[in-house]
Amino acid sequence: MAKKHSFRLRFPARRTAGSVRKYTRSRFGNFLFFAFLFLLCAFSVLPLVYSVVTSFKPLDELLRFPPTLLTVRRPTLRNYAALPDLIAGLQIPLSRYLTNSLFVSIAGTVLHVIAATAAAFVLSKIELKHKAGIFLIIQLSLLFNAYTLNIPRYLVYNGMHIIDTYWVYILPAIPSSMGVFLMKQYMDGYIPDALIEAAKIDGANYLRIFSRIIFPNVRPCVLTLALFSFQTIWATIPGGTIFNESLKTLPTVMSTISAGGIARSGSAMAATVILMIPPIVVYLFSQSSVKETMGSAGIKG
Amino acid sequence: MRQKNKHSAAFWERAQVYLLIGPFLILFFLMTVLPVLSSIALSFFHYDMVSMPSFAGLDNYLRMFLQDDVFPTILKNTIVLAVLTGPAGFLLSFVLAWMINEFRPAVRTFLSFLFYVPTLVGNALYIWTVIFSSDSYGYMNSFLLSLGVITSPKQWFSDEALIVPIVVIIQLWMSMGISFLSNISGLQNINPELFEAGAVDGIRNRWQELWYITLPSMQHMLLFSAVMQIASAFSISSIITTLAGYPTVGYAADTVVSYLTDVGSVKYEMGYASALSVLLFLLMFGTRSVIVRLLKKVGQ
Repeated sequence: MAKKHSFRLRFPARRTAGSVRKYTRSRFGNFLFFAFLFLLCAFSVLPLVYSVVTSFKPLDELLRFPPTLLTVRRPTLRNYAALPDLIAGLQIPLSRYLTNSLFVSIAGTVLHVIAATAAAFVLSKIELKHKAGIFLIIQLSLLFNAYTLNIPRYLVYNGMHIIDTYWVYILPAIPSSMGVFLMKQYMDGYIPDALIEAAKIDGANYLRIFSRIIFPNVRPCVLTLALFSFQTIWATIPGGTIFNESLKTLPTVMSTISAGGIARSGSAMAATVILMIPPIVVYLFSQSSVKETMGSAGIKG
Repeated sequence: MRQKNKHSAAFWERAQVYLLIGPFLILFFLMTVLPVLSSIALSFFHYDMVSMPSFAGLDNYLRMFLQDDVFPTILKNTIVLAVLTGPAGFLLSFVLAWMINEFRPAVRTFLSFLFYVPTLVGNALYIWTVIFSSDSYGYMNSFLLSLGVITSPKQWFSDEALIVPIVVIIQLWMSMGISFLSNISGLQNINPELFEAGAVDGIRNRWQELWYITLPSMQHMLLFSAVMQIASAFSISSIITTLAGYPTVGYAADTVVSYLTDVGSVKYEMGYASALSVLLFLLMFGTRSVIVRLLKKVGQ
């Protein structure tokens, strides 16, 4: 009981300050609650643990029968050490691929977040003809299967002369409908219209309201969009739109390592683990800042 | 003079609005609207990606329902999988967000990270291919063999009774994606005063609080989450093709998306593939309309 009490005290202060509400669970309810959470967590984290463990396995353990899923007896760094040799045959240094990956992921993410937030601001808070219709189209575009769009999209890229340039990674990432949809919902729900009215009365124009009032106040949502966008662009392997080796990104190189068969499966897993690191860092950074900014947003609905 | 100033101020204001929404709309039109429109147009043509498209009228649509023997099974599978995974995925991504919402921030970030792992790591599906590998090296097979439950390795995906449950579990496992994150941020943003007021107004337990305060304050996020779940529940395909290949035995688990990908990439019938994707869109659109109506009833 004492343990549960200390857990209660760690509630975010803003939710308990002067609170009248305190709903408790029975001891059995608590047991179920934590058992359920624990089981699902263990289930979810499987691929991460598996990848990390496998990347430390020596060759004979990779081929062992019966296979071991989540344990390694004699961990080795050999799979990681072999990576530089495996990619030594490339015409382009690895650092170039890394720079490409980081550049397109960051540029695409920043542009997407700005464009999506600005568009959502207009759709949520400003009078505009056919606004509802535009928003519905954006929403419905999420329901159209992407496969049959590949050919028309290719023709569009071709018409814009962006094939075999960095733009082919960046431009398609900018108008992601999901970002605008999420941001519009967020503004509808949590940014009061009165905030914009007040700023207008104070003489601020829309651009100023956007950069000074909207953007800081939707930061939690911005960080979520940024995470999702970064993660998507980071993992993209362009199909038939990038031919120049010096414009390719890390996932393309890593997929050539995985194609090397069972003897290389340890190194392929090491490469996969390395590829996971940036999205994980972005996740932890963005989601922990989400929590910080929530409390300080200073908006009362 | 004053009149003119007023006029140009209004013009400048409009210009700002277009400046804010313009970049997105132009790119959205080029990258999404135009391709969608051409795909819809293509569904009324025969197109093998080599020769010029030839007009087909409603042929592609009639073929679906009158001539294609496989299509009824495919459509049924798609709907069954959507019904089994959509509502459950929607609920799960809300319930988990709600459950971890009561922890302090650091713990919450850590737990949400664990749930998000299948979406975050690039090779999440890979673990299932090694678990359900059909030789005795497959983890599930070697585990069951060593227990003596089975005597020879099982072909997991040849068994129609097993493939659907396996796909459903994996799809749910992967459904803690963007809608899960949006639920977390939505829950964090509910005005705390509402909870205080609710307690004063006689809300007795966390279930009443959930129904009368939390859910109504989450309406916007729930709509987002519902649309994303519809999109993914009706489009399950990479799980199936990665694990079981295409086609599955007796088309037991193939969906409209895996079918139309095959029709387009292997049989080069882009017109028919487009018609299939238009039909799938209509199916999702109908579902969305129903869900929007249902969501309005929440909290009443």
